[in-house]
Amino acid sequence: MRKNRNGKASLRMTRLDKSPTGIAGFDEVTNGGVPKGRPTIVCGGPGCGKTMLAVEFLVRGATEFNEPGVLMTFEETSEEMSKNVASLGFDLKKLAAQKKLVLEYVRIEPAEIQETGEYDLEGLFIRLQHAVKSIGAKRVVLDTVEAIFSGFSNTGMLRAEIRRLFRWLKDHGLTTVVTAEKGEGTLTRYGLEEYVSDCVIFLDHRATDQISTRRMRVVKYRGASHVADEIPFLIDERGFSVLPSSSMKLDHVVSNERVSSGVKDLDDMLEGKGFYRGSSILISGTAGAGKSSMAAHFAQETCRNGERCLSVALEESPAQAMRNMRSIGIDLEKHVRKGLLRFEAWRPTQSGLEMHLLHIHKLVQQHKPAAVIIDPLTSLMMSSSDQLHSMLMRLIDFLKTKQITGFFTALTAGRNREIEETDVGISSLIDTWIFTRDVELNGERNRCIHVLKSRGMANSNQVREFVMSNEGIRLLPVYVGSGTVLTGSARATQEARERAESLLRQQTAEEQQRVLQGKRKALEAQIAALRSQFAQEEARVTLVKRQEERRERELSQGMQEMVSLRGSARQGKIGGRNGKEGAEHES
Amino acid sequence: MKARAGARSKKSHANGNGRYMELRLHVAGQSPKSLAALANLKKFCAEHLDGQYELQVIDLVKTPQLAQSDQILAIPTLVRKLPVPIRKIIGDLSDSSRVLVGLDLRDKEGAE
Repeated sequence: MRKNRNGKASLRMTRLDKSPTGIAGFDEVTNGGVPKGRPTIVCGGPGCGKTMLAVEFLVRGATEFNEPGVLMTFEETSEEMSKNVASLGFDLKKLAAQKKLVLEYVRIEPAEIQETGEYDLEGLFIRLQHAVKSIGAKRVVLDTVEAIFSGFSNTGMLRAEIRRLFRWLKDHGLTTVVTAEKGEGTLTRYGLEEYVSDCVIFLDHRATDQISTRRMRVVKYRGASHVADEIPFLIDERGFSVLPSSSMKLDHVVSNERVSSGVKDLDDMLEGKGFYRGSSILISGTAGAGKSSMAAHFAQETCRNGERCLSVALEESPAQAMRNMRSIGIDLEKHVRKGLLRFEAWRPTQSGLEMHLLHIHKLVQQHKPAAVIIDPLTSLMMSSSDQLHSMLMRLIDFLKTKQITGFFTALTAGRNREIEETDVGISSLIDTWIFTRDVELNGERNRCIHVLKSRGMANSNQVREFVMSNEGIRLLPVYVGSGTVLTGSARATQEARERAESLLRQQTAEEQQRVLQGKRKALEAQIAALRSQFAQEEARVTLVKRQEERRERELSQGMQEMVSLRGSARQGKIGGRNGKEGAEHES
Repeated sequence: MKARAGARSKKSHANGNGRYMELRLHVAGQSPKSLAALANLKKFCAEHLDGQYELQVIDLVKTPQLAQSDQILAIPTLVRKLPVPIRKIIGDLSDSSRVLVGLDLRDKEGAE
């Protein structure tokens, strides 16, 4: 008796084609959208967002994929529906006027209906077909078709009709989203899922630690791979958005390009070039270790190069953060005004982790930055650390696929070794991990920085001292000596001590030199004395020799004189000559 | 498709309620339920309404747009447009006592 409209049964469906929904993230999760030309059930509790998902599927279809749609509502009038989705920026009336959408409200009022004898729901089919034909619709939404169960008593007939309805939708190649209320222990209250065997999507809205999170799960997707996990989603002024899961493969495009950290001394520690573009950087450290300042430097550097930067602050308001950064000579406001830097801030407690990441996703998609800064990442970690790893992986993955450099800060609580252990969970996701910490010594806290790891570069193994001034951050080489690393005034005193010691050493050397010189002088004096002694001796010896000679001569002279005296008695003139010779000798 | 199954009549009704009814029967082509409903309705009108009615038969296969304005889902559906409030009776109208209830004629019948 029913009119059989199955004549158009299509044989073209050899494999499962998919119809993109156009909903952010949804198509990635489902690897392409909902099954084309088939019904999909979207089920969940009240207020879970079923209708929003369904309406966006239609609106995107009509506006982005040139697939007009029919919105058949059973609970809300077309008027109400238009108002409800206006908050998402959808103008259903305009689309209807453009013949891209048909709004069909099916009113079911059990009180005014009396049943007598047999009937079927052919009226529903007629209306649906009329609506589909009137604009050549490719997509259909039935929201919430199970409302018919409240209007009619013959459930056997209703089930048969629903089965026929799904068959009919399939035969007409209509990509359909059917919403259904969650049942007690079942996906849908009336077990619609048994009629729709292709794709079932479950939406959930629950609160954990007072923070409510919307999640979706693809319960079933026949003949297609999909992500089976619960995936968070968001409904905001731009509609529905699903946080895409991490891709299964690690096949990001990698860049050899380097981006400066904005701190020259830090770049020096990283082969003098800075980070790799598209890598993920984590700066972890204790409170007040200078993490945010590093982040501000990086933001400034990114903007100076004319690139966009998204900075997400979870501890400070943008105004406060910018004021604080002015104190170290960083003017971020300038870049905000230019539209290069987008400063977003919200309370970490505002929503769950997934929501934060989803927010970041959306902001990234809107702002299209070259770098994303999250300060601090640890604010997101307050609850549910078990999910943290996978969520962060998704975020980092997302940034990497988009070649966005991720710059995160992490606040660590304890000291030294414990700190590094705390962060082990996320360290595997990080390419460059920089560690800042306080070194407390001699009543001072000084900041130290070192590069814990940096994939793909010969990073410095040095610990540097980190000094903030009104001209920004500088990294000083720390005092390394006597087996310890010293910073701050300890370094200064140690250096002073070094100077004193070296002066002392120098003085000692000079003293020794002087002593030596003295010795030499003494020695030389001694030599001189000896020499003069020798000279005196020599002179004396010579004198004695001369005296001897003289004596001998005088002796011989005396003898001659005696001879001559004796001889003069005979020869007088000889004596005169001899006297002359004696005078010559005396001179 | 309009089918005038009854004519207006000034003659007082056997039930004595004197109320004039405007009825509309929605059918889908020549389906057995539709045909059964039409036949049952004609019989009912002849028995109970004594000509004080106007009946329109609407074939939604031919005029699907009318299904929306009358909010028709089930086929066949008999709509009592007048007197207000609107009443709907779905099914092949095989049970005339329920049709009487549906058309608010039950009490009169019961009082007889």
